[in-house]
Amino acid sequence: MKSHVWRPLYLAAGLLALFLIARYIYVPKDFGTGERGYRYSFHRIGNEDEWKAFKVKYKGTEYCKDCHSDKYQQIMKSRHAIIACENCHGPAIDHPENPAKLAKETNREHCLRCHLRLPYPTSGRSAIRGIYPGEHNPGAPCSACHNPHKPQEGLR
Amino acid sequence: MITRRKLIANTLKGMAALSLPAAAFEILTPDRLNAIIYNDPAKVRYVFLVDTNKCVGCGLCVKACKNENEIPYDANVTRTWVERYIITRDERHEVLEKVFADSPKGARDGFITGQIDLGHGNIYMPKKEDIDKAFFVPKLCNQCDNPACVQVCPVGATYQADDGVVLIDRKWCIGCGYCVMGCPYGVRFFHPVHRVADKCNFCYHRIKKGMKTACVDACPFGARLIGNYKDPDDAVTRIINTKRVGVLKEEFGTRPQVFYLGLSMEVR
Repeated sequence: MKSHVWRPLYLAAGLLALFLIARYIYVPKDFGTGERGYRYSFHRIGNEDEWKAFKVKYKGTEYCKDCHSDKYQQIMKSRHAIIACENCHGPAIDHPENPAKLAKETNREHCLRCHLRLPYPTSGRSAIRGIYPGEHNPGAPCSACHNPHKPQEGLR
Repeated sequence: MITRRKLIANTLKGMAALSLPAAAFEILTPDRLNAIIYNDPAKVRYVFLVDTNKCVGCGLCVKACKNENEIPYDANVTRTWVERYIITRDERHEVLEKVFADSPKGARDGFITGQIDLGHGNIYMPKKEDIDKAFFVPKLCNQCDNPACVQVCPVGATYQADDGVVLIDRKWCIGCGYCVMGCPYGVRFFHPVHRVADKCNFCYHRIKKGMKTACVDACPFGARLIGNYKDPDDAVTRIINTKRVGVLKEEFGTRPQVFYLGLSMEVR
């Protein structure tokens, strides 16, 4: 055959080889599928472990209980026992190493998350004792009078 | 010509064919075959249960989620949010009239005002006697069994893990945004720091260590629960199997795996 037939063929073969080499280099070795097959789980398998290695910040109330047993016992006797420590004190992360001191929420807005009076039928919100912040000691921090660890024991 | 020998042989063959179960003629799809081969009762399928009757709209789940998953706190994006629905009746108190729904900052700071922002600077303060129904609905990724977001990804950056959780490969995502548009629930967004698609992944790093998700641990009222649907003794599985539960936008055929107790028709 004449060379003008071979030339485009060589070109096509070369491009194909280039594509295959590029794909071999570029696509990670662990690209594959899981149980859901190619339609739903065609992915880089190593990514699952990357997500599993993500840092946990909220350690849970059990993490606080041993060192701060006095506070733990106190709040567990109150109706605020349902609130996890870290909801007000912030995520523990690696406390006490990092951070050494947690930044707690002391502003009125934090308490109003539940204790703003919203008269909503069909919602549990209306069953919570609430205030109208414009009428109830406006501007004063809640903790000036109320102890969040002992909410039922009257004012300070 | 039919000989006696042929007749007996064909009769036996015919009887053998008739005695085959119907299952022998079933054409298996790869999905179905995989399910049969890997059907291990010890496996996990994470499901979520939201009890809207218990939610009071404190937004502590949203705050915990943003801190736990390193979602920029002041950016207007969030992996989970809480919606408030207020349904008012007309003046004659005859029919349900208007539905108001809002979610200021995704309820990151809860609902600390009774006013509803209608947009364009309009504020609406519903009168107590006008409210017929008012409730809160937490939303998060549904980890669908038929995830629309996964099918549209052109590079295989978003996928469903074997336990049903849909994850995003941050190194592989090119940020084309097809999945953000593809999700009928609007749970996906662009992560402003990593510049890739992002969404709730049931706190994959926590549930794989046997912990609960950050939002489940943060909820004081038990409105959020996570469970394993492949464990018949799981508390969440038992509720899903025995109580009246609903899912969001069933008509999209996505088979969502976040189930709701006390869902109302106004919730979209």
